[in-house]
Amino acid sequence: MRKKPIAMLLTLTLILAVFLSGCSNSGSDGEGEASGSGSDGKVTLKFMHLWPAGSSAQQNKLVNEIIKQYQTDHPNVTIKQEVLENEQYKNKLKILSASNELPDVGVTWAAGFLEPYVKGNLFAPLDDLLSGSLEGKFIAGTTEAYAVDSKTYALPIELNISPIYYNKDIFAKYNLQPPATYDEFLNVVKTLTDNGVVPIALGNKDRWTGSLWYMYLANRLGGDALEKAINGTGKFDDPALIQAAAEVQKLVDMNAFNKGYNGLSNDEGKSEFMNEKAAMYLMGTWELPNYTTNPDVPQEFKDKIGFFKFPTMDGGKSDINSWVGGPGVGLFVAQNSKVKDEAQKFVQYFVEKWGESSVTEAGVIPATKVDTAEVQLPQLYTDLLNELNQASSLTLFADVQMKPTAAQVHLDMIQALFGKAVTPEEFVKNHQEAIDKGN
Amino acid sequence: MDKVMSNRLVAALYVLPALLLLLVLIYIPIVLTGYYGLMQWDGIGAMTFIGFENYARLLHDATFWQSAYHTFLLALFSALSLIGYLMIALVLSGKIKGANLFRKIYLIPMLLSSVAIAQLWLKIYHPSNGVLNTFLESVGIGNPPAWLAEPSLVLYALFVPILWQYAGFYILIYYAALKNIPESLVEAARIDGASPWQIAFRIKLPLITEVIKVTIVLAVVGSLKYFDLIYVMTDGGPNGSSEVMASYMYHQAFRGFDFGYGSAVGFFLLVICLVVTWLLRKATASKDTIQYS
Repeated sequence: MRKKPIAMLLTLTLILAVFLSGCSNSGSDGEGEASGSGSDGKVTLKFMHLWPAGSSAQQNKLVNEIIKQYQTDHPNVTIKQEVLENEQYKNKLKILSASNELPDVGVTWAAGFLEPYVKGNLFAPLDDLLSGSLEGKFIAGTTEAYAVDSKTYALPIELNISPIYYNKDIFAKYNLQPPATYDEFLNVVKTLTDNGVVPIALGNKDRWTGSLWYMYLANRLGGDALEKAINGTGKFDDPALIQAAAEVQKLVDMNAFNKGYNGLSNDEGKSEFMNEKAAMYLMGTWELPNYTTNPDVPQEFKDKIGFFKFPTMDGGKSDINSWVGGPGVGLFVAQNSKVKDEAQKFVQYFVEKWGESSVTEAGVIPATKVDTAEVQLPQLYTDLLNELNQASSLTLFADVQMKPTAAQVHLDMIQALFGKAVTPEEFVKNHQEAIDKGN
Repeated sequence: MDKVMSNRLVAALYVLPALLLLLVLIYIPIVLTGYYGLMQWDGIGAMTFIGFENYARLLHDATFWQSAYHTFLLALFSALSLIGYLMIALVLSGKIKGANLFRKIYLIPMLLSSVAIAQLWLKIYHPSNGVLNTFLESVGIGNPPAWLAEPSLVLYALFVPILWQYAGFYILIYYAALKNIPESLVEAARIDGASPWQIAFRIKLPLITEVIKVTIVLAVVGSLKYFDLIYVMTDGGPNGSSEVMASYMYHQAFRGFDFGYGSAVGFFLLVICLVVTWLLRKATASKDTIQYS
């Protein structure tokens, strides 16, 4: 009998403890935000990003260094990080915006992704920074992707172009040269399949991976026809866009891609290239660390990897220096942040510091200008950065250009095209319908 | 104690926490989902009331009905698989050697998280280095299919791990129910000269009909709202050939930024679940419970 009251008391204490700690936590949160402009000057900035220590170790390290440095320079500022993996990050961002509880500073994608947030008045314009201390620091054409109605709502910190990486050993074994024209490319594909080697690694469960192939084919054949069709100044029934879709299915018929690509994620598709089972892999420059600095990848493999530009096509309307790519993620400041000024200062600081060291430390090409002569970089980086300087045009990824609903149609259609579930004509027809709906 | 419970205020106080949880986490969201289903809403901006337009669109949405068909197929297979689980439970509950060990083996998949199971089966189904295709090639099948990339196969390929995942759960329920049958009844039947088959089908099964009914409802309703393995393994693809109602709802709301339509799909899914449950209860309702005593 005597034990019971004690047990009861313990349970009660436990419950109370949980309750109180819950309360105190949220209490201090609120305080931190509210005191943004308070007399003691203590500021808490919430920063949500997508570089977990596990899957993006180098970026995570760099972010932590920048934050640590900033906090040392600004002792009154505390930066609280919340880190989520890519897909989860996107979901959480949507949920937080539904309840208007966005972090002070966060990561966003460009164009179509950004637009609903801007329309919902959730992001603050950052033009003051652009015309102020950050003027002239960005590579031309990168910040425009984050502009809606001529106001810029995020500052890019990544810039990517997509070359075709290839395995020099496999090419040498079959006497192949990196192709410059599409006919040569088809010849490479044929030689490889004849010899039982998988020509191209692709994981098309994620769908944007296949979209890269379609975008390049559309670009090489029709120049800016795809961009025009997306923004409404052109139509999807442009012959070049239909032919590009037909070319994709021709590659499928040639067995150019690894088996079961429509059921494999990008990571699974990529492993075919990393295991040297497949000879080529079309991917953004964010893959470069795997071929240069990533300590987990053996040096022998890294030495085998080269890249070539997507080959040109006969009668096509675009040159070989035209790239699919564009700015990756950028930083936004929440419109309803209570510490907007501090948040903007942090964004500016972050963009500058990131630009200085992201290539050397994390292997990420920043959207700010990099002086290749000044920094010591792996050869592959120097080559690609030089290519970037010569680029004649940059086509932003199609699913980023389009508005969310249309982007989903595009991605679904890409998978269907690669799976031969639609004809090229149906493919463009469905695109046109999605664009016409206008949301 | 009785005295305390007879005090209405105290009783209400005891019920309150659970009631609040139910209200906040289940009933209010249900009502809200139905309400959002009447809106055009991208999840971020302002909502516009559009009446039953989302629901009307739903009725004519071929992709939705295709995903509904996939869902009902899964429900059918789940219900049919119960027969197999029942057989296994009957064998295990008999006095066979190692029954204890087998019971544990069947239960293991239930202890794994869905994502772990998905990863495991992704490796098994991998088109070129997967366990399954490596095995098929080694026994001389030249070009085994890419299981998760073939639109005609992917749904059935997914059913295998989904059914496997819950096998242990149902076997455990049946096993417990069978163990609950008084030994004396089985003994008496045996003395009367009943064969093992007769004991199983005439004595044991009728005694656990109530349990069987419950498991049918559980299996069917569980399948109707099924989501996790499909989301991780194929994400509804390729070309929507493994899309089920729950994944379609998710894609509409979170991928297509169409929370109004997504909510309508979700609410419709709830209605379907309720109707099916009611029909099942109706169909399996019996006037009198069987008792041998």
